[in-house]
Amino acid sequence: MTAVDDRPALEVGSARKRKEDQRLITGRTKWTDNITLPGMLHLVMVRSPFAHATITNVDTSAATASPGVVAVLTGADVKDAQGSLPCAWPITADQKAPDHPSIAVDRVAFAGEIVAVVVARSVVAARDAAELVDVDYDELPPALDLRKAAADETLAHPGLGTNKSAFWQFDSETAGTGLGVDAAIDAARTDGIVIEREYRQQRLIPAFMEPRSVVCDPTGEQTTIWSATQVPHFVRIFTAAVLGIPESKVRVIAPDVGGGFGGKLQYTPEENITTLVATRLGRPCKWTETRSESLLSAHHGRDQWQKLTLAATAEGKVTGLKVDLLADMGAYLGLVTPGVPILGAFMFNAIYKFPAYQFNCTNIFTNKTWTDAYRGAGRPEATYAIERLMDELAVEVGVDPMTIREMNWITHEEFPFTSVCGLEYDSGNYEAATELAKEMFDYDGLRAEQRRRRDSGDTVQLGLGISTFTEMCGLAPSRVLGSLSYAAGGWEHASVRMLPTGKVEVVTGSSAHGQGHETAWSQIIADRLGVPFEDVEVLHGDTQVAAKGLDTYGSRSLVVGGEALIKAADKVIEKAKPIAAHMLEASVDDIEFKDGTFTVRGTDNGKAMAEVVWATFSGHDLPDGTEPSLDSDATYDPVNFSFPHGTHLCAVEVDTETGKVELRSYVSVDDIGTIVNPLIVEGQVHGGIVQGIAQALWEEAVHDESGTLVSGSFVDYTLPTSADTISLRTANTVSPSTTNTLGTKGVGEAGCIASTPAVVNAIVDAVRHLGVNDIQMPCTPERVWKAIQSAGSHSGAVTEEAQPHFAEGALNQDPSAGATDGAGQ
Amino acid sequence: MTRVNVTVDGVLCSDDVEPRTLLVHYLREVVGKVGTVVGCDTSNCGACTVHLDGRSVKSCNVLAVQADGHEVTTIEGIAPYGELHPMQQAFHDNHALQCGYCTPGMIMQAIDVLQETPNPTEEQIRLGLEGNLCRCTGYHNIVKAVAACASSMSEPAAATQGSEA
Repeated sequence: MTAVDDRPALEVGSARKRKEDQRLITGRTKWTDNITLPGMLHLVMVRSPFAHATITNVDTSAATASPGVVAVLTGADVKDAQGSLPCAWPITADQKAPDHPSIAVDRVAFAGEIVAVVVARSVVAARDAAELVDVDYDELPPALDLRKAAADETLAHPGLGTNKSAFWQFDSETAGTGLGVDAAIDAARTDGIVIEREYRQQRLIPAFMEPRSVVCDPTGEQTTIWSATQVPHFVRIFTAAVLGIPESKVRVIAPDVGGGFGGKLQYTPEENITTLVATRLGRPCKWTETRSESLLSAHHGRDQWQKLTLAATAEGKVTGLKVDLLADMGAYLGLVTPGVPILGAFMFNAIYKFPAYQFNCTNIFTNKTWTDAYRGAGRPEATYAIERLMDELAVEVGVDPMTIREMNWITHEEFPFTSVCGLEYDSGNYEAATELAKEMFDYDGLRAEQRRRRDSGDTVQLGLGISTFTEMCGLAPSRVLGSLSYAAGGWEHASVRMLPTGKVEVVTGSSAHGQGHETAWSQIIADRLGVPFEDVEVLHGDTQVAAKGLDTYGSRSLVVGGEALIKAADKVIEKAKPIAAHMLEASVDDIEFKDGTFTVRGTDNGKAMAEVVWATFSGHDLPDGTEPSLDSDATYDPVNFSFPHGTHLCAVEVDTETGKVELRSYVSVDDIGTIVNPLIVEGQVHGGIVQGIAQALWEEAVHDESGTLVSGSFVDYTLPTSADTISLRTANTVSPSTTNTLGTKGVGEAGCIASTPAVVNAIVDAVRHLGVNDIQMPCTPERVWKAIQSAGSHSGAVTEEAQPHFAEGALNQDPSAGATDGAGQ
Repeated sequence: MTRVNVTVDGVLCSDDVEPRTLLVHYLREVVGKVGTVVGCDTSNCGACTVHLDGRSVKSCNVLAVQADGHEVTTIEGIAPYGELHPMQQAFHDNHALQCGYCTPGMIMQAIDVLQETPNPTEEQIRLGLEGNLCRCTGYHNIVKAVAACASSMSEPAAATQGSEA
């Protein structure tokens, strides 16, 4: 059997093992920090230990005199050259924001902000000298607590006069996409159900495994920058814009990049400084962060307080949802900082038919590391809120939480469905995904076990959590981004180059950092052009090769970049048809292309793609006026977002005596439309789910009362390990998207968006009979135990406040229910 | 500076290092073994895992001078003739990597786990890899790969033993 015979009939849908693995499993990977250039200097940043302080003096003399040191630069040295770091998403015209220096000049606004840079012959020399930079600070009071900052008690930037950066609202009545929410809430207060809750989205750290690194080589006029970034094209544009170097003189390369999760969607102070120093000194320079530096100063994610009011009929049909968010920007606005909560604005209504909706968001400055995109960006926060609320509503109505969802969700016959936010969900089948998930999970069996264990007073209680999510991804239609005041568009670019030997080069503007584009793009092209999978080479991540692109984030690569690729491939076919017609002595109208061969309709006469490619390359006998090239480009602007959805079910066991939570099983059924590579999809879902679980159970960026990040290393910022996690059961239903050729939907963020509420719902479900209806994330044993204790003793006013709608005599009101003295139960 | 003689991936390297130099920095910056990477500064992540005299160590937790006179094997030394080590193959076959940054250390640790426990349970695999962090895979496919590798290695090994007996 030849290799050709082993080929799948179609590459799309086949579980191809990844092309990119070979270099990654043999240690031949090109990480930015592996790059060494002759004469290269090394940068180490000196960072502020204080969250808010005036810089009164910086003494660099000892550092400058240290062996191997070439230069020590402070904010004062570069203040006229360093520019202000960009924010590409001013959400309102009157948005307030401080200047964003790469090196602080006279004031630091968060602990970890750069105050000086040491340049030396080796990293060790630079690090030693960095210790000798003597900075005098006058401490200022820091604004740390988000809610206090919202009240302007202490100002993060006294010069702004307020901590409020912007207020942004979506109202379905004003937008004409729904009814007024206040009327719905008022009506529900009279004869329905009103659920009022306040949920915390704790601050997280993306914690990509490869620390950030930048190398800049200023070769004469040209400046080449290698960076561990998700967005080489953005880095090029902003290097030009911030430092005033002509864009045409800047080449940015993202070599192999070790994960991003949104954390490398940034134009960083360190990129700016490295380029500034390298061009100033005329020497290649490298900066690589330590992990502690990364946790401290690379942007964080989430960090919101969510005040939620859900109105429903007494039967549980939702009539309106009002969302009031406080979103912590941290000290500065990064690339898309203010827009992150807005990406969640249209997702609180999720898969449900809500007639009225209002979203209010106030963006607040504090003296902490700035927040920005982190896997899901806005949508996990929204999904968490609504999926928690639906469970609360189910309790109020007295039905199973799945029943309340079924009552409110969009049924499969109703697609395409225009949501209360005015978004058109193109396709989906929530019933099918849910049915499969329940079957895989043995939902009914687990519910029965839960009842048994409740009845027997087991000290370890079982809880089941549901998350029926959707999300908007595939960022994004440019006109929508424009309407949201985002500076750039959302198109993507691709080129297909037909090489004379029959190989195909694909150039994509999507910049992968672990997603497997090289494999998936090859599969798409193999089908489209009828060439072997192995003959396709995918090039990306270098602005001199992939000159045009908008990079990888927001689950956009396949649905936007993949569609650009298809359009470029189709252009190749159209360009080849007249040449094939000429070779076959037929009319171009009679030429068909299938499985890599051009044939004359109704005959066996045909020419393989490779033959047409060679004829084009040689150019000996082309039709008059034909351009001797099949190479084609396409830039594709999506017509709509992508709306993947799914049903995630989680079972946890909660030890009511210790508060310890153990994952027992996790099932996900995701509908991401057509699947190009099931292996890659499954991997994305696994990783996403575990990141979401980590928010529910383990991770939090914690600052002390002076604004120091105390979870500043992997000792304290507790990423999940293999021993903490369990094997997952994943499956898919397929409702192809109707807005792109292959019918694909984004998958990169889905797992992370879905899993957090599934886990917390499960934990709350396990202890709800003890009087608990909320546990703040991460649900550590301490927090779970305290929640059980305070609910059980009925001592906490907090608990009562958190349950304003519980009627006397209703469920969960038995004072003895929370007693946890074990043996008695 | 102190002179060290370390056999790295089969090659005797004789170099002068500062006594404070960590083995990982020696490997990367002096020997040029950049397949071994640094992921943290608190010895939590395991990205820098190599074998020292055949057993896994986090090379950020060993000084270069401590490796003097010893043998170090890195990810670049387990498939010297181009044929993948069974663990590398298992990682590829089971999609046990995405960005690949943790992969060298994860593979070196996984090999050690199987040396210690040739037929591990899922729990033994999970505990054995606990010191190696991965942010992409959620560990599911890594655990699967190690289990698959254990099966594939134990079969031929059993056959060999059988023929010898």
